[in-house]
Amino acid sequence: MSVRFLLNGERVHVGDVDPHTTLLGWLRERGLTGSKEGCAEGECGACAVALLRRGPDGTPRYDAVNSCLVPLPSLDGQNVWTVEGVAEPDGSLHPVQAALVERGGSQCGYCTPGFVVSLFCEYYRPGRVEPDPESISGNLCRCTGYRPILDVLKAIPAAAPEDPRRPERRLPVVASDTESRLEHVAGARRFLLPERLEAVFEALERFPEATLIAGGTDLMVYVNQRAARYPVLVSLQGVTELRRCEAAPHELVLGAGLPLSELEAELAERCRGELGLLEQLLPLFSSRLIRNRATLGGNLGTASPIGDSPPALLALDAELTLVSRGGARRVPLIEFFTGYRESLLRAGELIVSVHVPRPAPRFQRFYKVSKRVLDDISTVAAAFGLDLDAAGRVERLRIAFGGVAATPVRALAAESAARGLPWDRATVEGLLDAVSAAATPITDHRGSAEYRRAMVRRLFQKFFADTALAAEAAE
Amino acid sequence: MSSVGKPLPHESAGLHVTGKARYVDDLVPTLAGTLHAYPVLAPHPHARVLAIDAVACRALPGVVTVLTAADVSGENDTGPARHDEPLFPSEVAFASQPVAWVLAETEEQARLGAAEVRVGYEPLPAVLSIEQAIAENNFLTEEERICRGDPQRALASARFRTAGELFIGGQEHFYLETQAALAFVDETGSVFVHSSTQHPSETQEIVARVLGLPKNEVVVQCLRMGGAFGGKEVQANAWAAVAALGAVKTRRPVRVRLSRQHDMLTTGKRHPFLGRFEVGFGADGLLEAVRIELYSDGGYSLDLSSPVLMRALFHVDNCYYLPNIEVRGRPCRTNTTSHTAFRGFGGPQGMLVIEEILDRVARKLELSPHVVRERNFYRPGQTAHYGQVVKDAERIARIWTELRASSDFDARWEAVQRFNAEHPETKRGLAITPVKFGISFTTAFFNQAGALVLVYKDGTVQVNHGGTEMGQGLHTKILAIAADALGLPASAVRVMATRTDKVPNTSATAASSGSDLNGAAVRAACDEIRGRLAEIAARRFLTEPEAVRFEDGRVFRPGFPEHSASFGEIAAEGYLARLPLFATGYYRTPNIHFDRASGTGKPFHYYAYGAAVSEVEVDGFTGQYRLLRTDILHDVGDSLSPLVDRGQVEGGFIQGVGWLTTEELVWSDGVLKTNGASTYKLPTLGECPPVFRVELLTRAREPDVIHGSKAVGEPPFMLAFSVREALRAAVAAFGSGGIVELASPATPEAVFWAIEKTRARTACTTSRTNAAE
Repeated sequence: MSVRFLLNGERVHVGDVDPHTTLLGWLRERGLTGSKEGCAEGECGACAVALLRRGPDGTPRYDAVNSCLVPLPSLDGQNVWTVEGVAEPDGSLHPVQAALVERGGSQCGYCTPGFVVSLFCEYYRPGRVEPDPESISGNLCRCTGYRPILDVLKAIPAAAPEDPRRPERRLPVVASDTESRLEHVAGARRFLLPERLEAVFEALERFPEATLIAGGTDLMVYVNQRAARYPVLVSLQGVTELRRCEAAPHELVLGAGLPLSELEAELAERCRGELGLLEQLLPLFSSRLIRNRATLGGNLGTASPIGDSPPALLALDAELTLVSRGGARRVPLIEFFTGYRESLLRAGELIVSVHVPRPAPRFQRFYKVSKRVLDDISTVAAAFGLDLDAAGRVERLRIAFGGVAATPVRALAAESAARGLPWDRATVEGLLDAVSAAATPITDHRGSAEYRRAMVRRLFQKFFADTALAAEAAE
Repeated sequence: MSSVGKPLPHESAGLHVTGKARYVDDLVPTLAGTLHAYPVLAPHPHARVLAIDAVACRALPGVVTVLTAADVSGENDTGPARHDEPLFPSEVAFASQPVAWVLAETEEQARLGAAEVRVGYEPLPAVLSIEQAIAENNFLTEEERICRGDPQRALASARFRTAGELFIGGQEHFYLETQAALAFVDETGSVFVHSSTQHPSETQEIVARVLGLPKNEVVVQCLRMGGAFGGKEVQANAWAAVAALGAVKTRRPVRVRLSRQHDMLTTGKRHPFLGRFEVGFGADGLLEAVRIELYSDGGYSLDLSSPVLMRALFHVDNCYYLPNIEVRGRPCRTNTTSHTAFRGFGGPQGMLVIEEILDRVARKLELSPHVVRERNFYRPGQTAHYGQVVKDAERIARIWTELRASSDFDARWEAVQRFNAEHPETKRGLAITPVKFGISFTTAFFNQAGALVLVYKDGTVQVNHGGTEMGQGLHTKILAIAADALGLPASAVRVMATRTDKVPNTSATAASSGSDLNGAAVRAACDEIRGRLAEIAARRFLTEPEAVRFEDGRVFRPGFPEHSASFGEIAAEGYLARLPLFATGYYRTPNIHFDRASGTGKPFHYYAYGAAVSEVEVDGFTGQYRLLRTDILHDVGDSLSPLVDRGQVEGGFIQGVGWLTTEELVWSDGVLKTNGASTYKLPTLGECPPVFRVELLTRAREPDVIHGSKAVGEPPFMLAFSVREALRAAVAAFGSGGIVELASPATPEAVFWAIEKTRARTACTTSRTNAAE
């Protein structure tokens, strides 16, 4: 069955293409060479394209994604715009293009198409009041030093009401054959794009060797960098049951298959300020380009010791709902990680939702130690949650780390030792050895074991310093 | 209106933003039947190749052929200076060195094929560090030395002395466009190569060498590069040779494009350096004696390691007068990629050492670092340690003073002290550092350039010159120079792709010299054509050629409105009068020389100057930091193109910040671990200071250079020293004095350990003091 989508407003049918073919590779082979490959791992953004889709509230908008991480079959039913589709058909430049030209925003020009697409998406972002620097945080430029590009962003005008490129004027999104549920076959390989959980289980039964793919921001890196090839890929991006969020009185339910950008919007809408850990985490998690695809389920499911959501969710006492054809089970996240890149997930089982019990801790802090502030992978990530009683004694303390052991870890001994103690410097100093006992770090290219060990202690001290300030401010 | 000095956008900007600007690999869909090349990489840093068995590979679908040494009809070597870089090595000299190449119908098939090539290796002992190379006496060249005065005696008599060493990490170029070449046998039977190269003539030479062809059988074209920064000065050649070899063997177009990982694993980087120093100084902080040893990690082959080292030796003075100095240097041979040109070309490494020294001197004497720097500045009339008068030395102090005022340095210095007194776990650092950078290739014969300017009968113009466009805006400047010289609007002039069949024997576009050299050559060619056309016009206007003006596409005699014609009319008339409407232009930099034996001469045509003030904030818990503000005042002479020049200053600065902070190369057993964008961290938007003020120095005309301008590509890179010194100042604020040892790059981890050391020493001093009480 062929993959059908809209490309710069034109209908496209793609028949025989290997499921691992990336959108970028396919575009360039077709002669649409404006999108560039700078890294093939979603770090540089030179390949950015816009997907026209509806946000959580139903408003149409453009979302920039890294086309090097998008398997072509996953585009079935989507509306794709590349840099070639940004200028008007008569060749006149879009305002973001004209501004980049005028302000010296391009030098070698290789990263420029990606910036154009990111700026284009920001230009039409629904409800934009202030320009969001995050919109270009996933684009690397080696020539300009960013200043002129940032100036373009800062001066970005409002989209004119009659602008034909406004997202609502470019709908409808492709009338995808929702009935048919894509099953793309090329040679011995398959790519399935089910829309219901039931269909996922069917697929997993038919193809026990199948691999699940959500946003693809991790798996496609393996495809590009380590030449991983999978006989059957089952995409979760269209599965409606994985996208539900809910604010129940006793817990917050977060859909495991929701792109993180949408999760941000949901959190802002349903419980702003309540899950500070996630709100602090998300901008540090990765660039906007990645967050437009990546999911919590993927970040947890890979069970990487350096994933950033595990420590934050561990500190929130999160639980997971795992579902298979045989039924659902609920497991505390702390039991989920069983070893290096290993988890409790059984064959045929997937993470459907993440549950955060309410009330969440009053003080929450997420810290990410990395070489770079934005768009980096953690050397050490730390998440803390704290509740104090009326007398200032510790009622609940949660301490979780990533990057310091084979799995994400919690410092359970320190947490329980803290109960009932006054939250002061002496307590914190007294707990340090117990906190660092949770860490068994290694040395690698991100940092030395000694540094990681030191960070475990120092970040706990930093948390104390920050909560002391926060408590002061509250008084 | 002249285009020179106007803030014109990059001449390809309209193509950049629409995705229409083509780079080498974008041409593949335009060539039917192109084969894709994929390398077989060696896993060992040093090994003998025993056998290559490609039988299984050749049997795979889509595989067309496997290239090995047996296919080389010419010389199996791509080394630019010394012939020490076998294209297909019998002895592997660094991990990931390609030993064979598979050509197939698709990239996927080529990759699968490469995985099936069986190579037998006999691993050999490897040299994996500068220290090991020194210990094993493994060097690429003899020692270089420059000496002035009597450093030995001055050292002995100095009131204060200090010694130390600094390891300076390398830097990956990370041009956004990886190395690429596309070659085919053209309709005449000769070889045509599209190459992302800074040096088409040398690429032509190497391709011809490998194929065993005369140079006139090979044409190399570079349309544009997606960044280069020195990384494509000599290291584009091997890929072009592979593509050309494959094209000749298969008679089909062959594409070589390195993946990011392969590019990082196989190409050289900025040289890592080890600097050892010993200095003597007075109580006022004046440097009386300096002895410096510089060891660079040259990698497995010579490449450009000699001139890189020389430039380091030339630049250990930066802006400071060193009356008694001995600087010696030697490139080490190691089993790693061959390190190569990178913006600054050894200059940054040499200069970093003297900045390290000055900071240590200041902290030893408990003086402010900026005071010690200023006291050591060159004064007008003084000479550099290699004997050249430091031309325009007064600009060092002028820039310093103007920038201190415009950046509000003194008040902010006080504010930072106050902030630090109030914040035990967060410290700010403020620093100002100067830059002096010598302009010219230190290899004298490279300082020449040629141009070929063609005027057509309709008055439109094509400009060919030897320089390449890598984003630095050379073509934009050339366009302005040509349009200005012919009195044309920029729209009437096209700068053509750089091709070896237009201008022969060109130099690399490097050493910041692209517009100085090629601009002057283009100007010479345009002047010649203009002279001929002036005679035609003079005849028509009944005047002397000197009275004819060329402006805005018109040729006219001022004061006589009827004596006016379009440039095209005059060109057409020139054709009918049988005058050549084309001309070559040539330029060589006058009066530069250097005597290696005595270590003296005038290697540079002039110097470019600048200074920067940076302020950072450092978190004492983690060592993480933010750059809060940077102010720059930089000397580009009379700017040819202010928009381009400002872009070079800002971009060079940020690239320098990357080198000194987040960009860390980590090798393990000779294998580069930071081999992708997810592990090697260049600056993002987050590293760009929220307050970033850049000014170009006014009243800065450079009389002996095209339109009074100065080179701009490299000098601003070293403005980033201000960030490293600001970080050091912040680290120092966690303690109570003394030298601050800070690794380079100053990653958050490096800053953290520096803080820990500073704190530990303070604690130790405090307890000692307490005990004494």
